[in-house]
Amino acid sequence: MKRPANPGAEKGKLVAYLNARLLDPATGLDTPGALLTVGEQIADLGPRLFADGVPSGVETVDCGGHCLSPGLIDMHAFVGEPGAEHKESFASASHAAAAGGITTLICLPNTDPPIDEAAIVEYVERRARENSVVRVQPMAAITKALKGEEMTEMGLLVEAGAVAFTDGDRAVASARVMRRALSYSTLFGKLVIQHAEDPSLARDGVMNEGEVATRLGLAGIPTAAEAMVVERDLRLVALTGARYHVSQVSAADTIEVIRTAKARGLKVTCGTAPHYFMLNENAVNDYRTFAKVSPPLRSEDDRLAVIEAIRDGTIDVIVSGHMPQDVESKRLPFAQAAFGAAGLETMLSVALSLYHSYDFGLNQLLAKMTCGPARLLGLNSRGALRAGAKADFTLFDPEKPWRVDVDKFKGKSKNTPYEGLPLTGRVLMTVVDGLKVYDRNIGA
Amino acid sequence: MTDSASPGFPHRHLLGIEGLQPPDITYLLDLADSYVEQNRQVDKKKSVLRGRTQVNLFFEASTRTSTSFELAGKRLGADVINMAVQRSSVSKGETLIDTAMTLNAMHPDVLVVRHQDSGAVQLLARKVSCAVINAGDGAHEHPTQALLDALTIRRRRGRLEGQIVAICGDILHSRVARSNIHLLNIMGARVRVIGPPTLMPRAIDELGVEVHHDMRSGLEGVDIVMMLRLQMERMQGAYVPSLREYFHLYGLDQAKLALAKPDALIMHPGPMNRGVEIDSLVADDINRSVIREQVEMGVAVRMACLEALTHHLPNVGPAQ
Repeated sequence: MKRPANPGAEKGKLVAYLNARLLDPATGLDTPGALLTVGEQIADLGPRLFADGVPSGVETVDCGGHCLSPGLIDMHAFVGEPGAEHKESFASASHAAAAGGITTLICLPNTDPPIDEAAIVEYVERRARENSVVRVQPMAAITKALKGEEMTEMGLLVEAGAVAFTDGDRAVASARVMRRALSYSTLFGKLVIQHAEDPSLARDGVMNEGEVATRLGLAGIPTAAEAMVVERDLRLVALTGARYHVSQVSAADTIEVIRTAKARGLKVTCGTAPHYFMLNENAVNDYRTFAKVSPPLRSEDDRLAVIEAIRDGTIDVIVSGHMPQDVESKRLPFAQAAFGAAGLETMLSVALSLYHSYDFGLNQLLAKMTCGPARLLGLNSRGALRAGAKADFTLFDPEKPWRVDVDKFKGKSKNTPYEGLPLTGRVLMTVVDGLKVYDRNIGA
Repeated sequence: MTDSASPGFPHRHLLGIEGLQPPDITYLLDLADSYVEQNRQVDKKKSVLRGRTQVNLFFEASTRTSTSFELAGKRLGADVINMAVQRSSVSKGETLIDTAMTLNAMHPDVLVVRHQDSGAVQLLARKVSCAVINAGDGAHEHPTQALLDALTIRRRRGRLEGQIVAICGDILHSRVARSNIHLLNIMGARVRVIGPPTLMPRAIDELGVEVHHDMRSGLEGVDIVMMLRLQMERMQGAYVPSLREYFHLYGLDQAKLALAKPDALIMHPGPMNRGVEIDSLVADDINRSVIREQVEMGVAVRMACLEALTHHLPNVGPAQ
């Protein structure tokens, strides 16, 4: 990867990360120790590494006893290139990602033009290579122009580098189209990722259907709109044998459907974003458009169900759900405002609330953001601390308290629902391919 | 909503009924009551708002409400400007916030705002330095309508407490229903809502109402029958199959009305669709229909709201 103006990029350079708490959810490793990188790769790690001192010629970094985990892989982020560079570019998104401990960003195809042919995949990869400090891999559209009608050239898209297929924030509504896409996708073994929301049922809805929506006089989206799409799709998965993934699960009803399907052995996986376990529909009170996301924030019962589903493995991955919006898209009456919340810079910190308040283990939680997504996407050289793997990792202090301050955000858009909120746990340093891309102490 | 405390009405804006306390409502109703008599005199003019500028900013068409507010302002001596925006500026790319900022720069004292989106008036109120009255926002609230309904009931019945009120029709899209539910609950009345399941919002019972889908059972023993206007575009198969069927099931006619208390009052926020939600004979029943009285109370209530809010405006002298 070419990264302009990045220090220490020499090939074969040796760096020792000392005094770390090594965490690797892939193996369950949790031990004090050290890690050695040679160039882009992890060369060695363990509790006894450098027990007798560091040889000369090796650069050292003192980790201060903090947690060193595989770099986070975010499976669901919108970057505005091409078409909405004023909301987020690869440069801004990647610095935001690095500040959030994310080393691999899987970007959505709902750009303008959408990522629905090989040339756009190549364009995105080139732009990312030239401008991004973290690794970026695009997903491609399931259907041409995201219209939900005709399949894209999946084979050519995979060869160009697409890691999965999704129509982004649009559901593939037609059962016939979905069946064919699932069926055809089995040729390549890539995930087909659904935005599970029945568009005809959700239509004018802007928030969760229920007492809060009724009181605010806002049109609601019932949880059934999510669950029924997944129920339908699972029939098609059974028919086709495809690998199917639900991008962001928000409702207890959907979780129950997926839990049952997994027990039956269907190839279904799913993700969720931090706001679905940190917030509920009450965040919309006072018409707060920063809490307008898709799928919508649900009831408290749904929130708790999401937490339990992460715990029992029904939910496989946690994604940022990053959907940057500029002020003009959000400073509007609620019904007119755009959906979406910025999520890169707060993903890990908000996820750590499960460690602090819901008795999750650190590795249990990190698995959802490292080896979990790596396995789903087939990123074999990433998502684990292993000799020979890419030197992508995140150093964080799970106990560090801080307050969300959008003025310090590195992303272009500041539409976080957590503004001013105190969080516990913060990223200190992020390393991608052996290069330091974020260091909190020097504000890189 | 609460800003500086002042006797009577301690709020800077009137954005909704939700969140008001019984004394706030009683204060407004008492003040409105005093204006009812004055409005029946030859000289209706007062000077409480002399020198004040009131702008009626209507993003959604309305003749009745804007006229009522205009009259209310003028009777209190304010200079009243009517602005019908009707998406024209919006289509030129001007946002609600831009409009608010532009108007704010002209130093109005009171903005009366109607908007088709729920929460839009609240959003606008945050950006201006004058008092704001919500004249209806989406399906959220229409506080002055609820106040004028309450004044009508109180003048006829002497009190609101204990009255059984049935609100009938399109509850789902109705800001009038929501404001009335809040107000009647705050004042100790009992509220029933009646309508087909397709026009009933989810979890409406959690707002403290009894839900009826059968109009006959819903009307049994009620003191007040409050009919809502049915938007014609919501008929013809979208929410109910036809006008004919709707009137059959939910139109207020003599037979259904017979189930209410013998002296039950009939109310409607207007404009009425005769033969759709209400039978003409019922609407015009001079002993029971208070529909025209509601319109009269509307002016008095809006005068009271304007006066109450101007107490909080800067530079307020002993004007009265």
